[in-house]
Amino acid sequence: MSEFMRLDHVSRMFGGGAFSSKPPIVAVDDVSLTIDEDEPKITTIAGESGSGKTTLARLLMGTINPTLGTVYYRGNDFTNLSRRQSWDFKQEVQSIYQDPFGSYNPFYKVDHVLETPINRFKLATSRQAKMAMIEEALAMVGLQPGDTLGRFPHQLSGGQRQRIMVARALLIKPRLILADEPVSMVDASLRATILDSIRRLNREIGISVIYITHDLTTALQISDNILVMYRGSVVESGAVERVILEPKHPYSQLLIESIPQPDPDNKWGDEPPTPRFEDFDTMFGCKFADRCPHAMEVCNDDQPPAYHLEAHRQAQCYLYQDEASVMENPDLSSIFQDRRADLNV
Amino acid sequence: MQDAATTDSAGGPPASSGAMPTGTFYQERIEPIFLYGRRNPSLIVGLGMLGGLLLFTIIGLLTYPDLDAYVSGGAPVKDKRIPPSWCTWCEDIVEREVDERPTFFQYPMGTDTQSRDLYATNLRGIPLTLGTGLIAGLLSVGIGTVTAFIAAYYRGLPDVLIRLLTDVGISIPGLLVLIIIRIQLGTELVWWQLGAGLAAVGWVFSSRTIRAQVLVLREQPYVEIARQSGMSGLAIIFREMMPNLIPYITASFVASVAGSILASIGLEALGLGDFSSPSLGMTIYWVIQFGAITLGMWWWWLFPLIAIVVIFVSLFLISAGLDEWSNPRLRRQI
Amino acid sequence: MVTAQQETQDAVTDSDSYALRIEDLRVYYGTPRGTVKAVDGVSFNLKQGERFALVGESGSGKSTLAMAIMRLTREPGHIAGGHIYLNGRDLVEMNDREIRSIRLREMALVPQGAMNSLNPVMRVGDQIIDGIADHVLPGESPPNRGELQERVYDLLVRVGLDPSVARLHPHELSGGMKQRVAMAIAISLNPNIIVADEPTSALDVVVQRQIMQTLGRLQEGLDAAVLLVGHDMGLVAQFADTIGVMYAGKLVEVGSVPDVFKDPKHPYTQLLIESLPSFDISRQFVGIPGMQPALLNLPPGCSFNPRCPSVHERCFADVPDFLDIGIGRGVACHLYDEEVA
Repeated sequence: MSEFMRLDHVSRMFGGGAFSSKPPIVAVDDVSLTIDEDEPKITTIAGESGSGKTTLARLLMGTINPTLGTVYYRGNDFTNLSRRQSWDFKQEVQSIYQDPFGSYNPFYKVDHVLETPINRFKLATSRQAKMAMIEEALAMVGLQPGDTLGRFPHQLSGGQRQRIMVARALLIKPRLILADEPVSMVDASLRATILDSIRRLNREIGISVIYITHDLTTALQISDNILVMYRGSVVESGAVERVILEPKHPYSQLLIESIPQPDPDNKWGDEPPTPRFEDFDTMFGCKFADRCPHAMEVCNDDQPPAYHLEAHRQAQCYLYQDEASVMENPDLSSIFQDRRADLNV
Repeated sequence: MQDAATTDSAGGPPASSGAMPTGTFYQERIEPIFLYGRRNPSLIVGLGMLGGLLLFTIIGLLTYPDLDAYVSGGAPVKDKRIPPSWCTWCEDIVEREVDERPTFFQYPMGTDTQSRDLYATNLRGIPLTLGTGLIAGLLSVGIGTVTAFIAAYYRGLPDVLIRLLTDVGISIPGLLVLIIIRIQLGTELVWWQLGAGLAAVGWVFSSRTIRAQVLVLREQPYVEIARQSGMSGLAIIFREMMPNLIPYITASFVASVAGSILASIGLEALGLGDFSSPSLGMTIYWVIQFGAITLGMWWWWLFPLIAIVVIFVSLFLISAGLDEWSNPRLRRQI
Repeated sequence: MVTAQQETQDAVTDSDSYALRIEDLRVYYGTPRGTVKAVDGVSFNLKQGERFALVGESGSGKSTLAMAIMRLTREPGHIAGGHIYLNGRDLVEMNDREIRSIRLREMALVPQGAMNSLNPVMRVGDQIIDGIADHVLPGESPPNRGELQERVYDLLVRVGLDPSVARLHPHELSGGMKQRVAMAIAISLNPNIIVADEPTSALDVVVQRQIMQTLGRLQEGLDAAVLLVGHDMGLVAQFADTIGVMYAGKLVEVGSVPDVFKDPKHPYTQLLIESLPSFDISRQFVGIPGMQPALLNLPPGCSFNPRCPSVHERCFADVPDFLDIGIGRGVACHLYDEEVA
């Protein structure tokens, strides 16, 4: 296994500080995770807004620094990279954002986002080679160059714009792509094609993908692994079909049960409790205890450790303290390893 | 727009209302400018007024023969205090022999007590005053843009220092600072020096407006995409951010020119200008000094005043007309 | 809810007992390029206590229809024809003053993105009071301050908030809490129609569920009818009794939620239901091919003909009529012409 990015006991706080009256918000609370290059996977980070999913992804992308812990890029401390390493990193990590319009500079034609990386990273030697590359990438996401090139972003549909962003990632062939809610602003009928092209980036070119979403249905469709976050902690993680179809942590259960199923015979249960309207981050214990139907004495005292429930799953919940052992390796990716091999058996 | 549904069916679902067929360069870049002008008549009127004033000045400068006759002694002393030559009903204040009366085109705006030709004075003065404003505007916006980028793009200590400077600069009256500097220097400021001085206190306003916009722009996803595409900081500033800042820079420039002209006229009227210069502000100064109003020499103050009013109204109309361009909320989607 | 729906369906025969009756409503927008028929001849009824969901893609006219029912259509749009009968009176005929006396008292709106519809510089409690005080009828004595406070606390508790929220400003609340405040304002004068326009669009699933369940609870308490406008078929299945599917400004199918989900009639509804995401891993992604046509440039005949899998000649020639095909069930599609005839 060769690590690409590694988070080692990383935490990130916002706010607080000497001049602030409010305590800092813990956006990410002690997470260890490795993005492996040899076994590129699609990993979903799920959670509600404010759960820290975007912060965790931004830590992996190197756009923000951790408050505690260390981020490693190919084994090197991220805060201490050489010029050469920084340049490589720039090319090896790419993003696809939620708003397919905001990703385009309104001043330029859409060709700009495709040509710039080719020029800057010197991916093509001649003009012909450049055009061939662009056309090939567009074809892979199901777009015709004649329909898209030479136009301004506002002249294309949201689906076309987002597919061009996927084509752009294809050109650069990075090692890691962050897809931050890439289909939530696209009409439902177009989501399938975009998700499918993201999946092809992973399966055919071997790019690791971090898929940030609150839509667990699409997460199940395209990803291999999932991290469920709640107030900065990864409360449950593991093989996506295990976690989504059989959630173990009470929060994952609530989250998955709350997805409105398009089936009139399968309705929601009772209205779940709302979180207490207080400063949660000053609390001890499990962050979900105030809303948890199974809360016990111990939940209010100490934050639960990660219990290794099965080969490819962990959950941070005291409900499983008797039946499972605490994970020895805090790195969450240890439970993702050899997933595909196991699935084939 | 008509064939939106049919243009791009080959490569996937056709775009709905947002899609437009691509057009020629004219349709994409030039036609919108005309459409913009039609929606914003104030821009056209403002540009027209300013253009008219410039045209009047240029034609005058090219055609008037005795242009430098305003220099003291250039015109005969007997020609002082002559009302505009076309004003046949005006009473001449100085008694003159019939054959000494000026011809119809000799003094179209009359003369002052120093027997300066006021038409020539104003023709010389309008470009001087506009030039002072232009220098001040260019320098203000130039310094403002550079500092705004340093502050907003790089953040950290430079931002703190520049913000401190602009906040202080905005809160103290710039005109007062200029008066003190001018008195300390003791020398007369020629038109471009005055412009530079005005820019030295005026750039803070440009800097503040543009900094706010850069802060908005740098959070745009496309700036992050450009960074991930391997663009350097300078390339991002000039290629990604600058084109989108042009409306704000233009608006800031127009405001700065107007403000600087107002301030320059104020300084000159207070007697802090260049005494050998015939700028509009200096004309106002002499009007006050010689009591032109009490002397009934309306032609002395009326014409420079009209020029000043035309300059301000046209600049105001231009900036109002550009408002829709620089303010996306006002921009109508058609 | 299914049983309640059945009961009302059987009981209602007299058209006067409909809480809301929409007849051939048309909302047109005048644009420089021509008239956009955003809502083009839509008719449906809402019974007392019914939850009616209006679904469709963006641009199908569902929000325009909801706004027209509230008489909140903005320029350049206008109601070009039809009737909106609320408790027997036609809203289309009413002047602005009459409409104001009806809003909040008889029908209320939970707007789209309600979290942004609150006044940022006003305390939550005062905003609720404003709503109540603004709609005091002429000749009616306004309630005193104490009474109003009491009502605000009561409303906040009913929408699942702590009464102390009244003292807070909107920026101190989460998105879900703001949505609850918007609901408190909407129910403040006990309306019998609540129009909810995508009430949970920007919210997380758990919050969305809580909001929808709260809305359901309030609706049952008031015995009000709810018109839910949305695009999420999952929410519709969870919440509504009746569903109306809109496509390109027209209503293409109406029926009870269990019927429509089990046996969709219109090819568009069929595709809509087939393309729903599910937890079935073996299923491939399916989308509806093509996109909704621009309203300015509709194809001749049935607007759905470019995307329809069962398209035939008639579809290019005639606009399909809305056919009655059972109790509370209707469809606008040429496939069923013979069945009805």
